[in-house]
Amino acid sequence: MNGRFKPITAVAVVFFVVAALAPLFVASWATLFALILAKGIVVLGIVLLLQAGQVSFGHAMFFATGAYSAAFWGKYVGGGDILLYIVLGGISSTVIGLIVGMFVVRYREIFFGMLNLAFSMVLWSLLEKMFHYTNGADGIRVARPGLLGFSFTPETFQYVILYVALVVAIAAFCGVQRYLESPLGHMLRAIKSNETRLEYLGTSARHVLLVGYVISAFLGGVGGALVSIIQQIATPEFGFWTKSGEFVFIAILGGGAHAFGAFAGAAMFETVRFYAAAHLADSWQLILGVVLIVIILYAPNGLIGLRQRDDRSKQGGH
Amino acid sequence: MNTTLATLAVLDGISYAALVFLVSVGLSLIFGVLRVVNVAHGSLYAFGAYLAATLSLAVAPISPWLTYPALIVASIAIGVICGGFIERFLLRPLYGRDDVLQLLITFAAFMIMDNLQRLIWGVQPIFAAEPLKLLPNISVFGVAYTSYQVILLPLVALLTLLGLRYFLRRTLAGAVILAVTEDREASTAIGIDAKKVYFVTFVIGASFAALGGALASPTTSLVPGMGADMIVLSFAVAATAGLGQIEGTALTALMIGLTRAFIIYIQPEFEVLVPYLLMVLVLLVRPFGLFGAVQVRKI
Amino acid sequence: MKFLKTALAATAATVLFAGSALAQGKPAEIKVGITTFLSGPASVFGVPAKAAAEMIAEDLNKKGGIGGVPVKLSFVDEGAGGEALVSNYRRMVQDDKVDATFASISSGSCNQLVPVAEDLKVMNFMWDCGAASILETKKYRYNFRTQANGTPEMLAVLLYLLKTKPNFKTIAVVNQDYAWGRESWEIFSTALKAMKPDVQVVAELFPKFGAPDYSTEVSRLLALRPDVVFTTSWGGDLDTLVRQSGQRGLLQQSTFILAIGESSIQRLGKDLPEGLIVGARGDHWFLHPEKKGDAAFKAFNEAFKAKTGAWPIYPVYHMAQAFAALQTAYDKAIKANGGNWPTREQVVDATAGIEFATGFGRPVTLRPEDNQGLEAQLVGVTKTVPGYDFKLLDNMMIFDPKVITNPAGIRSVEWLKTLKPEFVKMDVPTFKQ
Repeated sequence: MNGRFKPITAVAVVFFVVAALAPLFVASWATLFALILAKGIVVLGIVLLLQAGQVSFGHAMFFATGAYSAAFWGKYVGGGDILLYIVLGGISSTVIGLIVGMFVVRYREIFFGMLNLAFSMVLWSLLEKMFHYTNGADGIRVARPGLLGFSFTPETFQYVILYVALVVAIAAFCGVQRYLESPLGHMLRAIKSNETRLEYLGTSARHVLLVGYVISAFLGGVGGALVSIIQQIATPEFGFWTKSGEFVFIAILGGGAHAFGAFAGAAMFETVRFYAAAHLADSWQLILGVVLIVIILYAPNGLIGLRQRDDRSKQGGH
Repeated sequence: MNTTLATLAVLDGISYAALVFLVSVGLSLIFGVLRVVNVAHGSLYAFGAYLAATLSLAVAPISPWLTYPALIVASIAIGVICGGFIERFLLRPLYGRDDVLQLLITFAAFMIMDNLQRLIWGVQPIFAAEPLKLLPNISVFGVAYTSYQVILLPLVALLTLLGLRYFLRRTLAGAVILAVTEDREASTAIGIDAKKVYFVTFVIGASFAALGGALASPTTSLVPGMGADMIVLSFAVAATAGLGQIEGTALTALMIGLTRAFIIYIQPEFEVLVPYLLMVLVLLVRPFGLFGAVQVRKI
Repeated sequence: MKFLKTALAATAATVLFAGSALAQGKPAEIKVGITTFLSGPASVFGVPAKAAAEMIAEDLNKKGGIGGVPVKLSFVDEGAGGEALVSNYRRMVQDDKVDATFASISSGSCNQLVPVAEDLKVMNFMWDCGAASILETKKYRYNFRTQANGTPEMLAVLLYLLKTKPNFKTIAVVNQDYAWGRESWEIFSTALKAMKPDVQVVAELFPKFGAPDYSTEVSRLLALRPDVVFTTSWGGDLDTLVRQSGQRGLLQQSTFILAIGESSIQRLGKDLPEGLIVGARGDHWFLHPEKKGDAAFKAFNEAFKAKTGAWPIYPVYHMAQAFAALQTAYDKAIKANGGNWPTREQVVDATAGIEFATGFGRPVTLRPEDNQGLEAQLVGVTKTVPGYDFKLLDNMMIFDPKVITNPAGIRSVEWLKTLKPEFVKMDVPTFKQ
């Protein structure tokens, strides 16, 4: 388990290096990679819950919470800073994650998913309806913030936000990896495999799941704040159920078994969407849908699963 | 609020509830038997609506009364073709696998159908009101209602409810479906073909979604994206009732329909919030829904 | 620290790269990037507009293009969501190096893309979005609006109502719940309060955008019996509202104002009764009273009908305006540059303050103070005319934009509050169908 250099780790390192360098050659990739990284952070939270066998079909609520924290600060206080926005997004989604979490961790499987969906739809309808505070369906603009007192030209900014997202993503990735390998992480997995046994060991499964849930909410908020800065806007769409579906989609696409699956999935999803929307504007959803079906039917462990299966079959050959 | 307005609100609520019930009951039925939340349900609703409108527009010049059979034909066609395809080729390979994969593959079906709908029927709103225009208006306290909306739709919903009850409780095929729902392994052991039951149930559920769409089509413009809103509303109704609860779905649809109508009269700003707030409150107290039975967790 | 260094290196690289692209030969083509709705409900505007753009560009290139250079179009779908929109817009500008962009239909998209265009220093025409606030809060160099905004559009409709039906006492509104629905009602109701303070607003209904059913709203309005019902809804939402109201007699009971209904008239066909007040977001009507004898206008309309199966609607004419503005700006810039091909910055300089004409309506002026287009407004009332299976507009008034647009530097709502009842008495030409 503690082997320092597993192939998947190498792939992750390569991915982060590519994310750091490739945009230097193609300017529009800066925003693309920043988005991939930010979404990957959110999906890390989904992957985390998948370890416990739970699927949140309402995770977009934390994503939206993070995004709106930044937007509200910009609108009502003004003078934001990237780091401030990320911290704000993280804190507010942690708080909401704790409150919602206390209710939802009592439930499992479809009921867990349903209750999450219900909470997220309440948040979505509030964002839609409180027009005078949230600007309704059009959302709130997030003005380009500075970083540690420096302000940037737009050209520089897209790289600044890319590298901030990269640092946060690497930190989140390593953090989640460590968490999953810690005793608490193993207990989280035990919720999926055998919750009763976990309880026999004297551990509260609810408590274990709550910790995981709050961490995943935190990641959702951080990712949401980042996306709102990259997109310069926060809209209720960020909290709609299709967004939650998209995050689960990305997690399964990448593979729920390993933290890197989040980034692999996000890279695949955003790239397909980016190029499909550019060249086949009429059918990008169709393409993504077919990709997902193929992955589910023929590669249930996701993109990183493909790789791992490959390794295993090689080992078998010896 | 006086009695006049209250009566109007009740009528509005009932006609809305009737449509919502038809869509939700299909979702609930499918979950009850297959344990699958069918995210593509809203797309089946949209496809039913679009096909019904296309057929009605085609037959209306021959005789406007032919539009009624057209609605039925459209619902069954969509239920069998689209529903059948989803069950047979997407869901069947996944039985026994992770629940989330089944849910996600219907999500993929939703994305594909949403896109196909645009490619087939385009983006301009389509409207086919023949069936509604055939029936006269009725007047309540000087306010005109279409009898299609306040009489026909609730009647179809009621017949569906009674028909489903009869089918499940009084016929052999219904008994087989209930048996599989109760205990799949045991019913397979006594020779029931569970695969066939799943297929038939999914097709029936899908047909109800399409029927809801077909019946809605004369009252509304068909536009891209109509499915995405319906799925989450019908899901809220089915979940609040308790997934798999047929009668409960009817009562919940009625409750949500009435609350929504009264809210529009009193405080229209909160209309969108109603179903979801209700869902959260109910699920917090009763996670299995208002009418759902507590399940024994298998160890 | 390493990342900061890389970031700095990146900046240096970008700056160098941008600096090298200043060669002045005549280019092989003028690339225009257009954002429009190809999916989602607003594709009722976006798809016809895209067809129009292709037609116009083809026609333009046949005639030798702009200054002898053909135009080449690329499209981005606004319906793909904010993320895809912004990243694709950036891709168009940064990778494909488009010379100008036309963005967008929705004010939400404009709000997102206008700062991006300014950042990327690319000339952008807001070719269809209507929120007045975008150009009121900040002065832009690279962004122009080649049509009017919500303020004159709503004011024209209100003036028409006050001129033709001055004696109403009560009004209700049913608008889609998003910025346009809310803002258009704010404009309309502010001006109404200023010019006719005794009117009572009996219901303000903002159903969810894309709501499939208005039965309850219709019942409530039938019970309330307002003299006037105002709506700025569009697309499928407006169709549903009008049909559900029509089936139950609400259209007959109250005077309906479809403030941007011109785009729905053909689809609604016989379901639209006579006597509804209809606005067109500009002087746009395929039988424009001042242009309908014009051969080029007729030829365009018929070609469009042959291509798409429907007569042009206002987004089609808005698209034509963006092209006319582009052509006028380039011609002016080439002339100012002594016949040589102008730099991008020279084109931007030339665009400020131009007047341009599409031939499909009255000419439009880009006000140099705030780059806001001054566009005439046509409002009419529906009427049955033999030979058409949908209603036409009758008693059309065409309002002068200089009179009904708020002056540069004064925010619309503040300006509307200063209007007096006498404002209604302005002279406006009326045209029969």
